[in-house]
Amino acid sequence: MGALGTYRLRLERKRRLVRSLRKSRELSRVANRTGDIADDDILIFSTVRNERIRLPFFLDYYRKLGVNHFLFVDNGSDDGTREYLESQADVSLWTTSHSYKRAKFGIDWLNALQLRYGIGHWNLVVDVDEFLVYPFCDSRPLRALTDWLDASSVKSFGAMLVDMYPKVPLDEADYVEGQNPLDVAEYFDGGNYSMKRNAKYGNLWIQGGARARVFFPNEPGRAPALNKIPLVKWTRGNVWVSSTHMLLPRGLNLVYDEGGGEKASGCLLHAKFLHSFAEKSEEELKRRQHYANSHEYRAYNKGLKDARTLWCKWSEKYINWRQLEILGLMSKGNWI
Amino acid sequence: MGVGFVILAHKDLDRVAQVAGYWAQNDAPVAIHVDSRAGSQDYADLQAKLEKFTNIRFAERRACDWGKFSIVAATQDAAEMLLEGFPQISHVFLASGSCLPLRPVEELNRYLADHPATDFIESVTTEEVTWTVGGLDLERFTLRFPFSWKKHRRLFDRYVALQRAVGYSRHIPEGIAPHLGSQWWCLTRATLTAILNDPDRAANDRYFRKVWIPDEAYFQSLVRKHGANIESRSLTLSRFDTQGKPFTYYDDHLQLLQRSDCFVARKIWPRASLLYRQFLGAELRPLARLEPNPRKLDRIFARSNDQRLHGRPGLQMQSRFPAGEAWGLRKTCAEYSVYQGFSSLFSNFETWLEKRTGTRVHGHLFHKAEVKFSGGASVYNGCLSNSAKMRDYNPQAFLASLIWNTQGEHQSFQFGPADVQSIGEFIASDPNASVYVVTGAWSIPLFHSSMDFQRVRRIAARYQTIEAEHVRVLKGRHTRAHVRVWSLAEFVEDPMPILQSILDGLDPGASRKLTEVPKMADLTGFGNFVQRLKNEGMNPHSVGDFPLDDLPTSRNTPAKPYVVR
Repeated sequence: MGALGTYRLRLERKRRLVRSLRKSRELSRVANRTGDIADDDILIFSTVRNERIRLPFFLDYYRKLGVNHFLFVDNGSDDGTREYLESQADVSLWTTSHSYKRAKFGIDWLNALQLRYGIGHWNLVVDVDEFLVYPFCDSRPLRALTDWLDASSVKSFGAMLVDMYPKVPLDEADYVEGQNPLDVAEYFDGGNYSMKRNAKYGNLWIQGGARARVFFPNEPGRAPALNKIPLVKWTRGNVWVSSTHMLLPRGLNLVYDEGGGEKASGCLLHAKFLHSFAEKSEEELKRRQHYANSHEYRAYNKGLKDARTLWCKWSEKYINWRQLEILGLMSKGNWI
Repeated sequence: MGVGFVILAHKDLDRVAQVAGYWAQNDAPVAIHVDSRAGSQDYADLQAKLEKFTNIRFAERRACDWGKFSIVAATQDAAEMLLEGFPQISHVFLASGSCLPLRPVEELNRYLADHPATDFIESVTTEEVTWTVGGLDLERFTLRFPFSWKKHRRLFDRYVALQRAVGYSRHIPEGIAPHLGSQWWCLTRATLTAILNDPDRAANDRYFRKVWIPDEAYFQSLVRKHGANIESRSLTLSRFDTQGKPFTYYDDHLQLLQRSDCFVARKIWPRASLLYRQFLGAELRPLARLEPNPRKLDRIFARSNDQRLHGRPGLQMQSRFPAGEAWGLRKTCAEYSVYQGFSSLFSNFETWLEKRTGTRVHGHLFHKAEVKFSGGASVYNGCLSNSAKMRDYNPQAFLASLIWNTQGEHQSFQFGPADVQSIGEFIASDPNASVYVVTGAWSIPLFHSSMDFQRVRRIAARYQTIEAEHVRVLKGRHTRAHVRVWSLAEFVEDPMPILQSILDGLDPGASRKLTEVPKMADLTGFGNFVQRLKNEGMNPHSVGDFPLDDLPTSRNTPAKPYVVR
């Protein structure tokens, strides 16, 4: 990348930061407990809409990993999400009824919140159906990882999205509040992923998995991106470009090794495909608030009619992070 | 008689207090140096916690920079304090604030008594050192390093390059033989006293002030002057990763550390409460006389560094995306075979090969309409889809994934000019590929078809062009695949040795005798067909030399069974 390209990215980064500040005016504060945040706390930033039933397990999962504070943007929920979050002692909450899509699918809001509260902290940006798995996550808290990343002078950590699904048809996969959604959606595709390098931002663009296989076999190019960099030591000037798929400055996207070695990486287990999914996909289709004119949801809806089951005989049943490492979906790198 | 400890600490002082307290309680005097940049409140807390121990001293605080002499100076101060304050100690053990004793002090004392007058210090001549960062070994002693390696890497590198270019070299003082080694040692009182009271100490210190990373060089070099009996190894288990950063231990390493029988381990994650609790808790087992044995841990370190540097060959994933030379090296993780023309020649080639070899044989994986997996499966290992569009979206990832997903089972597939061709270069450049081509074999189904001859001729011309281009790639300069090419005429003249050699290649050890042969297509009149193509103005060169009358001698159904020589 030449000097001009670097300069262009710099301008783009500034433009996005200014934009997020402008969009931050769309947020109104519900509960601001950020005064409780200590210097080295690990923070979660997340946008949420009508996810009340998933919240207890989500909060529990990340509290156990050692996340200290949650910063949520509630995008007009009407199912009690807002009230529930407001009542949690380690949650700060903002709300907005503005367009998710016009806030670049929520990232404008999060860019603004992270600029204000995230600097100097490890920021984890996940949706409530995404569960971070990293090397040794069954025996070491998240801080062990962030301390090791700090000691290695690494500022961002990649965790690819792995779509999880149940063995039964989706509308039969009931989920009850508090339950581990990965006990319902316990299968995933072990080895049908493809990746390219994005020359402009330097990140890898990964596609594949169950969604590509079932919903996009004839349009693989439109299958959703699975590359994610959810864990970043936030500094002034960092800005998300497209969801948590990539960010600026560009160096933060280089979470992979090009010399043949393996950097440490994790997975985001994506427990989206549960019973609630069918209803939700119809609602989301009506709202038209998602990426590429909700193409994803349209494909789901079409796909759901034909094939309500994502499971196939080669599906892997999830056991633990070591299994994901053996399959080659993530790596310990040189962390022992 | 017994050991005393010097602790160099700069943070996590509550853990330092625990470890120092443990040693002091077990009658090992301790001298602690705390980096002056650690918070004064933390320091006061540390002193308060350790107040009750009469055998703990605090050295004057200095600001310690990584790779600077201040660390050596701090060590000297603390060591002097220890030697003067506690005449009963026979050895001084240098430890860091993130060290943790794995065995009781008494076992260490016994071990030292069993090795009388021995200095345990890794001390390696600069010629033998293999682990130095940036390739600097002897030059650590002969160049100047005014710029910080951590903060101003570029200036550091340029200044080194400049000195090399102009041939600058510092004079190494008389009596100093440059040696390097781990910072963590255990020296006898006699050796350490001699080093500290060296008549040339002022000159030595002046010299080492400008050596790069003197904490890995000062004692390691001077011990060669003053030490009598040097055991060149560290009693501290401390290993470095590919970045030159020490490996860190967590609670889940408890058993490995216990079984290593090392005396002290570095570094411990400060929040590894279980490790601190276990190793500093009451000792339950009887005292043991064991040699430190970190072999198992060393294997883990080596594997881990290998994974970071070289990774798993043939794997493309989110944190391993080989480019350039690294990508060219190995594109898939295991060997596989590609057969071109064989399934046109033999009607039952795929089932025959699968049965003969016990390997997995697919149809045309790159068929235009859909992926022809073995057994006509619509999804395959790893949930690979048979959708041609998905495969063609990234054919290289498709093939590499298939080979990765089926590790342990040799994969074979058919290929031909009717298939999607874009994978050709990938296969040619992959050392794991074995490609067997019978050129012109695509003409056999055409020969048997009842299509209009003009159409046959057009298809034949197209296939021949495509195949010629593919074979050109296979025979190219950059080919790393194992490639064998026969013309159809060559092949049918004597097919059995060729098939036998393919089977032998699949599994060199086993002798698979070719007893049952695949069924060859009927080629009666094929010569005329070739001539007719020629008459229509085409040059079917790829089939080779077919006589006009009929087949070359066909040994398809040999009179006697084929015998391997």
